[in-house]
Amino acid sequence: MSDNIERNEEYLMYVEKQTPKTGWFNSLFHAFLVGGMICCMAQMFGDIIKAYNPTMDILRVGSWSSIIIITITILLTGFGVFDRIAKFGGAGTFIPISGFANSIASCAIEFKNEGLVFGIGAKMFYVAGPVLVNGVAYSIIVGLVYTLIQLF
Amino acid sequence: MLAAIFMYVKVFCVGGLICLIGELIEIKTKITPARILVIFLMVGAILGGFGIYNYLVEWAGAGATLPITGFGNALARGAIEGATSNGLFGAIGGGLMATSAGVAVSIGLSYIVSFFVKSKTKKS
Amino acid sequence: MKRIGNQTLEILSDCYIVGASSLVGEKEKNGTYKNYFKNSVEDDRMGEKTFEKAERKMLSLINKDAVKNSKLKNSDIDLYLGGDLMNQIVSSNYSAEVLQVPFVGVYSACSTITASLGLAACLIDGGGFDNILCSTISHFSAAERQYRYPLEFGNQRQSYSQWTVTAGGGFVVSNKKSNIKIKKVCFGRVQDFGVIDIANMGAAMAPAACDTLCNFFADTKTKPNDYDFIATGDLGKLGSDILRDLISKRGYVLEQNYIDLGHSIYSFEEESYQGGSGAGCSASVLASYIIEKMKSGVFKKVLVAATGALMSTTSNQQGDSIPCVSHLIELVLE
Repeated sequence: MSDNIERNEEYLMYVEKQTPKTGWFNSLFHAFLVGGMICCMAQMFGDIIKAYNPTMDILRVGSWSSIIIITITILLTGFGVFDRIAKFGGAGTFIPISGFANSIASCAIEFKNEGLVFGIGAKMFYVAGPVLVNGVAYSIIVGLVYTLIQLF
Repeated sequence: MLAAIFMYVKVFCVGGLICLIGELIEIKTKITPARILVIFLMVGAILGGFGIYNYLVEWAGAGATLPITGFGNALARGAIEGATSNGLFGAIGGGLMATSAGVAVSIGLSYIVSFFVKSKTKKS
Repeated sequence: MKRIGNQTLEILSDCYIVGASSLVGEKEKNGTYKNYFKNSVEDDRMGEKTFEKAERKMLSLINKDAVKNSKLKNSDIDLYLGGDLMNQIVSSNYSAEVLQVPFVGVYSACSTITASLGLAACLIDGGGFDNILCSTISHFSAAERQYRYPLEFGNQRQSYSQWTVTAGGGFVVSNKKSNIKIKKVCFGRVQDFGVIDIANMGAAMAPAACDTLCNFFADTKTKPNDYDFIATGDLGKLGSDILRDLISKRGYVLEQNYIDLGHSIYSFEEESYQGGSGAGCSASVLASYIIEKMKSGVFKKVLVAATGALMSTTSNQQGDSIPCVSHLIELVLE
């Protein structure tokens, strides 16, 4: 295999040239549009919650609006609609919290055939796992660093 | 009224722009979505750790909190708040505590939905 | 049988395809070969609980139909060769249990059908077997959840990706006289040109198809134009364009008589990116379109070179490149 490195590099460059490019203006525009719209929806839910509970903490309002978006996403995933929105929106749907919720719900639905333990239980975070694991790891690092700083 | 409309424009632009950067990375570098999410999460956590991301949250509301960078920020802020109020215990658990509701809803609701729904095949 | 050149085997004794059957899903039924696919399923779950069970059921139907079309009984079949895309080729294992004939699993990813037919021809030529059943299947939904993401997961496909077909094909190869003869077999060498992106299967598999085709032409001292029809398995549009380029560098030209079955299986209206892929792609079109065209005398000499990408999800996640293989059979109308 090692003597083929040059041949392979040449071939990969040739493939790269041949491969059709995704119409990237369109996908960027779609991502911007869908991403912006999902965020606006969350802001709207937040404003509504604030109108009814003016005393609520701003962070809690943010959490609640995220939870509403998560709920809507999971329900849309259940109805089998979300993958179509995501096909249009691309990064516009997976970068907001909706992508996280969709990945968990889709895995739960897909792997339920393997049962409660090895299916839903083990594979629910098949796609979303990296986000949660890395996120918690970073938060612990931040927390520990902050504690150390406080000590001095 | 004008301020409210301006707020929504800000939310739209900031949220949209973060997603656009993600899409741009995906197209240009062919990094898989899962990796992009982790990268964005890390950026959010770092900016949150230095307290920079909160300015963006104040300025653009849900446009900054809803993308995965906001999730990273919430984790980092949670850890910092935990550290200030609860010491080492808070430093370790604070991040999860701050984001627990969202994660719990995702898990719980997915669990319920999965009992009622079968995955459907795709045509395109 | 006789060895010609380095890789090619010529089958000297009688070895014919006496029966064939295909079964396709709805998307494939609406595609280019809609008039040739006799059997199709509307519900690709087949009323079963899981897509894997549906795939088994489809494969069993194909086997039954292939045996019926060859006017033989189950007890006449001496050996069943076949495989599919599921881990440990379970779909074939289960359908072999239904058949109750000796079974040898063949895994060569999407080139399983030509590998099985080639092996069947050699075994029949060896004299130990009279009738061998070969079949293979792929199922979009079952493959998707094993190789990629859950079905409801919202992700965008790359424009250069391919669509796994929900289709399968079965053949009975026999030493009884009939009209479609397996004349030559050429088992391919594994080629790995360093392509890592699993969405870009066409580019990964094209060198394998090129290698097998060129070696076959060199061994038999023929040219692409000596054949009425040359088909590759599932390179897709991009892959078949690359193959045309690669093969022209080796001094052969693929003209109008060359078609990639993956590229052609879906019609233009159906969104399918670069075309179809999967083990059932070449099997189903071979069992319907090509066999029918041969029977009606339109094609007299046909080459089918199905291509297979031999990676696993593990090797892919560990960042290894995709090894690919292509097996070729020559069918002749007598």
